[in-house]
Amino acid sequence: MRVSEQQIGDEWSSAGQVGQALRHRREQIAQRWADTPLFRTVFTVSRDEAVEACKAVLDALAEVAEAGRVEDVDAPGFFVVREQLARMSASRARTGLSPAQIAGEVAALRSSAVEHLTAEFEQEPAAVVHGALLALTMLMGTLRLVVMETALSDGAELINRQRQQLLEVATPVIKLWDGVVAVPLIGTLDSARSQVVMESLLEAIVAQQAQYAILDITGVPTVDSLVAQHLMKTVAAARLMGAECVVSGVRPAIAQTIVQLGLDLGGVVTRATLADALAFALRGLGVGFGPTSHQGVVAR
Amino acid sequence: MTEQPGWLPQAHVPVLRLDDVLLVAIQGDLRDENAERLQYDVLQHIADSPATGVVIDISSVEVVDSFLGRVLAEIAAGAELLAARTVVAGMRPTVAITLVELGLTLTGLRTALDVQSALRMLREHPAPAAREHGERGAYDYDRS
Repeated sequence: MRVSEQQIGDEWSSAGQVGQALRHRREQIAQRWADTPLFRTVFTVSRDEAVEACKAVLDALAEVAEAGRVEDVDAPGFFVVREQLARMSASRARTGLSPAQIAGEVAALRSSAVEHLTAEFEQEPAAVVHGALLALTMLMGTLRLVVMETALSDGAELINRQRQQLLEVATPVIKLWDGVVAVPLIGTLDSARSQVVMESLLEAIVAQQAQYAILDITGVPTVDSLVAQHLMKTVAAARLMGAECVVSGVRPAIAQTIVQLGLDLGGVVTRATLADALAFALRGLGVGFGPTSHQGVVAR
Repeated sequence: MTEQPGWLPQAHVPVLRLDDVLLVAIQGDLRDENAERLQYDVLQHIADSPATGVVIDISSVEVVDSFLGRVLAEIAAGAELLAARTVVAGMRPTVAITLVELGLTLTGLRTALDVQSALRMLREHPAPAAREHGERGAYDYDRS
């Protein structure tokens, strides 16, 4: 730490001075910042709340400056206000501002800070003022980066969470009968989804002691060789566990595609509709049908 | 029982006889020498007794590799030659996924959810030799 402080020499001392100046003029700068749209529109309860938020950011900036890490986005000083900045950028983003516009609003904070800093260093020689302003500029640039970073990581987190939710929502395993489970597949079947389908289906086979598993592809728009491969894998895994797998919902168009692509579905049992697949499973289980349901269900 | 060859290690996996079915419960890791010993034991038991079915319970096997997959297939094929049916019971989901990812779908192997359904399966679809003596050609491989 010592070495690096000496290495950056002048720069570090200007940063230190900026830090002290920021602490000294904390009240005035905070009052000015509280009126900027960035703070005013986020902290709407009272002006005092906005001023407090400004002070928290200023304290963080001062701490970072005093530590001599004006260009370090990961400086410990920023940790305290990261959550607050994330809240601010998220709330500004909700009003329809692009990340660039939010960054512009953060940059706008610089002018009032510069004004107060110039006043603070009035008696100092020009070189000192110049150094201090340079350090402040770098510091504000870093703040802008931190805001951008929190905003972006927020977005990435949201996307991840939604992707996970989509995976869960899209693949429910339904118990149709004692010993018969079904998965209605909806949407395109990619590797990640087929993995989830396979796992949840196999878990359900164990939990329900299911001898028959039905994969319903009515909601799958197209079947290509990759989708067929995923289906085959799932069928093979279910078979290894001792359950028979039936693929249902094979529409005429899909059947034609499968034949034209020359896909070999091996020994997979396929049926046109879920009802046919259920009838197949029930017959395999030895479940009897009454005379009315016999005509209705076992039509094939 | 006939004397065991000296090159085989001590028995690690016991082979239990329940009437005409042999029950083998594999626990944990199955190493090369144990697997070889197990194959030998199962086939010897089938030859010595009127067993027509073999149930291999792998519900306590958590980790699987291509080796275990091959051993299971080999036991089944060997038993088939001696006119006995093999059912592998209780494979865990993770094991099934691993085998499929390894490309080992073991298509010739019969499988069941647990030992109980494996026994039921053997009772309902007995090995051809038990059903029709001397008529192996009538053997059908239809599980449905």
